[in-house]
Amino acid sequence: MKVSIYDETGELVQINERAPTTLMQAIRDAGLDIVAQCGGSASCGTCHVYVNDAWCDKLKPPNESEAAMLDFVEERRENSRLSCQIELSEDIDGLTVTLAPGSLF
Amino acid sequence: MLKDIIIVGAGQGGFQVAHSLRDEGYVGRITLIGDEDSLPYQRPPLSKTYMLGKTTDDALLFRPARFYADHKIDLVRGPATAIDRTNCRIVLADGGAVSYDHLILATGAHNRALPVPGADLNGVFGLRTLFDADVIAAKLKTAKSAVVVGAGFIGLEFAAVARSLGISVHVLEMADRPMARALSRETSNFFAEAHRSRGVRLDFRQDLIRIEGSSGKITGAVKADGERIDADLLVFGIGVLPNIALAQEAGLDIQNGIKVDAHLLTCDPSISAIGDCVSFPGADGEWIRLESVQNAVDQAKTVATRLVGRAAPYDAVPWFWTDQGDLKLQIAGMSAGYDSAVTLGKREEQSFSVLLFRRNHLIAVEAINRAGDFMAARKLLGRQISPSPAEASQPGFDLRAYEVAMR
Repeated sequence: MKVSIYDETGELVQINERAPTTLMQAIRDAGLDIVAQCGGSASCGTCHVYVNDAWCDKLKPPNESEAAMLDFVEERRENSRLSCQIELSEDIDGLTVTLAPGSLF
Repeated sequence: MLKDIIIVGAGQGGFQVAHSLRDEGYVGRITLIGDEDSLPYQRPPLSKTYMLGKTTDDALLFRPARFYADHKIDLVRGPATAIDRTNCRIVLADGGAVSYDHLILATGAHNRALPVPGADLNGVFGLRTLFDADVIAAKLKTAKSAVVVGAGFIGLEFAAVARSLGISVHVLEMADRPMARALSRETSNFFAEAHRSRGVRLDFRQDLIRIEGSSGKITGAVKADGERIDADLLVFGIGVLPNIALAQEAGLDIQNGIKVDAHLLTCDPSISAIGDCVSFPGADGEWIRLESVQNAVDQAKTVATRLVGRAAPYDAVPWFWTDQGDLKLQIAGMSAGYDSAVTLGKREEQSFSVLLFRRNHLIAVEAINRAGDFMAARKLLGRQISPSPAEASQPGFDLRAYEVAMR
């Protein structure tokens, strides 16, 4: 499935990912330098992305752990999510996100 | 102006310092020497999702291969065999040598060996490397009965994995509670109950005295009290020892690790050291060695920043996490020396936090399935702001709200 990621300069990187994997992994595979310090355990908040509006409702809402972590990410917005908690699947083919500050190396 | 930096050790710390150097604008040579066959990878998933087949090999890597070429980081397959301090060179196993202006030791740690007869039988494993994890994961497919020696983080993460696969698990621990080195009694006891309720057998104050086998393969383990446990798999996690041999042979100061100052510099001004292998001065003048991802990462950043000209002492707030089945424990700060504790939330709901104080000052928070308290604690500890135990004991006290109020 296709994932589109805008980095901090507004550059668009697109990647084709094979599920099952997470959005965080897709961002890594796209060659983008996301911090993601805890490696996907919802314990650090540095895999933070902004999900493009069209896609927000198509994602499963955050669980309690993720919701709690989102209160602490840098520059939180309505469409903030932890990319390590988003499982990629065909029904969100085309998912588009932007890397958030604090997640960039 | 530094032109040649060598990093010995391509684990969490070694990878991070290489990355941070480039990030900070260092344009000279970086040589990253590792002694494992794979590209640099993260260890935490090895005892968790990787063991269950939920994380692929690729997902373990910090970065794909092209990252190193793109960032001009020379990956060298070691091991390094000596530090020639006089000539500022690292000698490699093949006899070759690489020169440095500055050397960073990130050699990590290795598992303490299991000192009992039978430890060399097939089916007895330590768990630290990708190689270990692969071998154990294969064994898990057919194992029926596992013994785990050591109820530390690794032992219990593995126990949870094995239990979730329906394997019978029996844990032996010499202390009187699990994760005794790192946790408050309150949290330890909760985890003991939680694992037991999931069918893990936990034996405290119990020593393993020998492992029995047949045709070279493990068949059982014998405890100090004489009980024999059937087992076709044994995983031990009884602590690690810092990898100090290179540093020691080169004459650097050693004290429970490679000794460094607050800036993470060894007694040799051209050599820094970071991560699991290092012993550094804590706030109260005691020497600390921390075994965590956070410590490796933050120490790496401290060294990188110093090497590009912006020295600052290492003073990051330690934090840590462990995932054991559906139990997520996150720890902010260090609990050693606590003299009072306040629990927020409800243990019976498996979502609570233990606030640990020393002389009325918050020194650590252990959060079980309460990420909000964990993050609030990290912020408070970083700003050295603390509720008193009395405040925290008030009904309805909310650590997250307190942190926001204190901004």
